[in-house]
Amino acid sequence: MNSIQKNRLKDQLFKIWGIACTLIGLVLLVVFIGDILIDGISRIDWSFITDLPSRKAEKSGIYTALMGSIWILILTTIIAFPIGVAAGVYLEEYSKKNRLSAILEINISNLAGVPSIIYGLLGLEVFVRIMNLGASVLAGALTLSLLILPIIIVATREAVKAVPSSIRDASYALGASKWQTIWNQVLPASGGGILTGVILALSRAVGETAPLIVVGALAYVPFAPASPMDEFSVLPIQIFNWISRPQHGFIENAAAAIIILLLITFIMNGIAVYFRNKWQKRLK
Amino acid sequence: MDKVKTKKIKFSQDDEENTSNNGSRIEAKDVKVWYDDFNAIKGIDMSIKPNTVTAFIGPSGCGKSTFLRLFNRMNDYVEGFRMEGKIKIDGKNIYKNKINVEELRKEIGMVFQKPNPFPKSIFENVAYGLKIQGIKDKKFINDRVEKALKQADLWEEVKDNLKKSALALSGGQQQRLCIARTLAVQPSILLMDEPTSALDPISTAKIEELIHHLKEEYTIIIVTHNMQQASRISDFTAFFYLGELIEFDKTKKIFTNPSNKQTENYITGRFG
Repeated sequence: MNSIQKNRLKDQLFKIWGIACTLIGLVLLVVFIGDILIDGISRIDWSFITDLPSRKAEKSGIYTALMGSIWILILTTIIAFPIGVAAGVYLEEYSKKNRLSAILEINISNLAGVPSIIYGLLGLEVFVRIMNLGASVLAGALTLSLLILPIIIVATREAVKAVPSSIRDASYALGASKWQTIWNQVLPASGGGILTGVILALSRAVGETAPLIVVGALAYVPFAPASPMDEFSVLPIQIFNWISRPQHGFIENAAAAIIILLLITFIMNGIAVYFRNKWQKRLK
Repeated sequence: MDKVKTKKIKFSQDDEENTSNNGSRIEAKDVKVWYDDFNAIKGIDMSIKPNTVTAFIGPSGCGKSTFLRLFNRMNDYVEGFRMEGKIKIDGKNIYKNKINVEELRKEIGMVFQKPNPFPKSIFENVAYGLKIQGIKDKKFINDRVEKALKQADLWEEVKDNLKKSALALSGGQQQRLCIARTLAVQPSILLMDEPTSALDPISTAKIEELIHHLKEEYTIIIVTHNMQQASRISDFTAFFYLGELIEFDKTKKIFTNPSNKQTENYITGRFG
């Protein structure tokens, strides 16, 4: 075998290996989703979504957990979106490139890697105890906001960085101030990227369990939250609770709730992709 | 018409008499520039007359673009930038503390090397400079946009498509759009940093013709690597080398009988 043939063989082998690696994740996901669908799809109907949790599996619904998740989602968006975007824009557009900004940068990346349960402990201490918010939706949303802030900041910075500096130059040269340039040029041009980052961060927040358990979210709430100060549960905690029960009916419930949770995450990711494509088209 | 800006330099408060519809006078006195430790400009004196076209030539890295960007303070954002000396426009030192940089840049337009239209419509591009001044009068903006596009010789090509994205235009059209965008705020000086280096010969010819007309109303400075272009369009030519102004004279003199050997070598293509 000459060297050309050898190289071709290597090329082919790597290609096959690469395909196999790519498929591992996908196949596992498909198997998982298939399994969940078989277990849970028959359990999903309107009453499953509108019923309160109950001791009897067949009477149980996800209403309170779903409402809790929606509350958490909305409050987290309101808190994390403006703070994260403002911090990202500041770091990219205003902060001088010196030692301090380098330290800030490294620490924000570090924050993104902190285990979520640590955020839970922080939330418990600061929001639940010191700020005396109790085990409320607001305390949970604040905790999750902390958790996803680094992701939003990093995404915002990447999106802002991707705006060509020639656009900024043109704006400044016409007499625009820094803020006018950011507001009229930089943010519209980077909006797609920022929005994508925010939505992906939020879809992570919707799936978080550990920090909310630490903050004190309940496994069983007989009512949906009516205000930010109410107690709450969320879908992942409900799922966790059901899975840990011995009766088969609750396993079915858990599978059905997982389908709903996955659906929410997929829809959010879909919206993120849609925004990204729409923005890219507009810029072309 | 009270909102119409007169052509006078009003980025500092005191002087009110210069209301002529002319370009401005530029004077540089012992200007030195550093980027951190690098001495990019090593003491340049220059005086540029109103309503003339001045070409800045010299090899890459000679400081001509840096010098050009001093006039509208675009170097201010560069990290490590430091400057000494005076630059006066119509007698006002533009590096004094109380100068409002935004006001200054409304008087001193700039066209860049690569066409850089905003990712917005043609109309929005030209109207942007007026919008950021807070002007809301629709008719006034429409008139200004039309006038600017006509001045930039682009009106006939785009008048039916003003809502179209500026990015759909050809490179040459984009550059003329960038010129129109600059003209819309009615500056008195036009700085052009290699405005045709990314364009084809036909677009280049159009822009050169444009420069020729615009000098009636503006003082124009153009950085160029193209010797023929400098000799065709400019009244004065300045040759820069290693951060110094080697020779500054009438273009005819520079290109026929330069007094400095380095200038002669450069324009005849023997180095650079």
